[in-house]
Amino acid sequence: MTAAGPWKMESQRSYFGKALVELGRRNPDVVVVGADTTESIKTIDFGRAFPDRLFQLGIAEPNMISVAAGLAAAGKIAFAATYSVFGSAHTYNVVRQNVAYTNLNVKIFCSHAGLSVGPDGATHQMNEDIGLMRGLPRMTVLVPADGPQTAKCVDAAASVKGPVYCRFSRTNVPTLTSMDDDFRIGRAYTMHDGSDITLIGCGVMVSKCLQAADVLAKEGIRARVINLPTIKPLDVPTIEKAARETGAIVTAEEHTVVHGIGAAVASLVVNNDPVPVAMVGVEDTFGESGEAEELLRKYGLTPEKIVDAARGVIRRRSR
Amino acid sequence: MVDVSEETIRRLKKQAVVLRRHIIRMTHNVQSGHPGGSMSACDIVTALYFHSLNVDPKNPDWPERDRFVLSKGHACPVWYAALAERGFFPVDELLTFRKIDSRLQGHPEVGTTPGVENAAGAEGQGLSFSVGLALAARVDHKSWRTYCVMGDGEQDVGQTWEAGMAASKYGLDNLTAFIDRNGIQQEGRTEDIMPLEPLAEKWEAFNWHVLNIDGHDFRQILSAIEEAQRTKGRPTVIIARTVKGKGVSFMENKIKYHGAATTDEELKMALAELESQEAAL
Repeated sequence: MTAAGPWKMESQRSYFGKALVELGRRNPDVVVVGADTTESIKTIDFGRAFPDRLFQLGIAEPNMISVAAGLAAAGKIAFAATYSVFGSAHTYNVVRQNVAYTNLNVKIFCSHAGLSVGPDGATHQMNEDIGLMRGLPRMTVLVPADGPQTAKCVDAAASVKGPVYCRFSRTNVPTLTSMDDDFRIGRAYTMHDGSDITLIGCGVMVSKCLQAADVLAKEGIRARVINLPTIKPLDVPTIEKAARETGAIVTAEEHTVVHGIGAAVASLVVNNDPVPVAMVGVEDTFGESGEAEELLRKYGLTPEKIVDAARGVIRRRSR
Repeated sequence: MVDVSEETIRRLKKQAVVLRRHIIRMTHNVQSGHPGGSMSACDIVTALYFHSLNVDPKNPDWPERDRFVLSKGHACPVWYAALAERGFFPVDELLTFRKIDSRLQGHPEVGTTPGVENAAGAEGQGLSFSVGLALAARVDHKSWRTYCVMGDGEQDVGQTWEAGMAASKYGLDNLTAFIDRNGIQQEGRTEDIMPLEPLAEKWEAFNWHVLNIDGHDFRQILSAIEEAQRTKGRPTVIIARTVKGKGVSFMENKIKYHGAATTDEELKMALAELESQEAAL
């Protein structure tokens, strides 16, 4: 069975922008705030459709987040959208106090996550946001794997009460799911079945996990591939079941391994099913300029790295 | 000048003494908290909660209520005292302030304290939050207003000025901000820590309608609130000159009482002084 590709490459931002306009049409309480990136992140389409409900607040992200919080406190569902470095790191204590602590309906949607931002370099390559956001009480953290799932995150975020952080890519990514597929916050999705090892990926790394599963299959290793679009709350039953049934896990993320999805998965399975876990991701370092695929290769975010890690955990398991 | 009776002014003055007594007792009881900035803002908060604000203590979440945002969250003793005296929760509860299992947290928390609209503690977020509230009222064509009380120390914070630009961009005439200009922040005089003057000119340059008042004169406070309500097309900031620790002579204008409670001996002196103020009214 072939798991991987070829896939259509599509923009998550385009799906995001369209989904937001459709949501705004269905729900008049949806408002959007922006920080001089509305064209790039496609929230400008929402502003064209609903000029009174998009607030352009300039390069002032802390203010943007607090304004979103105030709008939410008065009953709105406020989407704050910009690049992930600005929407998470630059605003962190505002998100903490005005959004998470206050438990408001603010949905922070950020593109330009991870190394695949490319030539803009390390200042713009946010490899630490998942860890920052999953550390906040009450915060739901989403990492959609592709365009359709990004669109579904918009609807799902609006339908749950409380704060949500969602991060996705600047670059086009392989479309792995369809708009007809199920998507629920808190649910992990098995993309490929297997019983020898589990590969858990999020974002652009889900496609790399599927490619790695193909390589492993040729070696007779049947890898289960799980797409983990909700980092918090984790789908505990699906992950624990995978640990029990396959006995080894490799995680893959376009994010630092210090406190990302690997850390989340490992700290879960250590409770009841302490199987060996290997983490593929950005090591404890900053990125640099380059094309997206060049960067993913240089920093070890490849199917080959996942295959190596899989062989490694299988060896550790049999010791 | 606003048309209010002598009787109203006397009632507000008496109410402010009651709130100051609560502030002294609450902070003394737990030997922590921030009495100085609570007492400087006390007359502003009294004027709002006991004259101007359209709120319903029996229905704190009433959608049509005016919103009061305390950006200088460390001054929450005055907020809690006002809410309790207005009937949002029992006055007895005030002495649970800062204690374990209390609904009255050391800095304001939304959802636990009836009537508290915003979390604050990290300075400089309240005006932005107020801009969001005011924009929501505008989108929904609602007539309720938003009042935000800031400290002068908060004028150091960049986000305060981000909010200032946003409020004037959107011409938020349903937003009124107060600056409790007591001239003292945690480590010293504001003009030594980070000079703010000319402060009024800064806000004018940000296209706000600026009013300068004596923040302990109820006629001036009420007049300024009325003028803000009448002002169209721009938000209003009321720079209220105040005295840190106002109402207890040995605490007035002392940096120490930004974040220090009274001793047992000082408590007696403070309460006696407030007692005689009340009697004189």
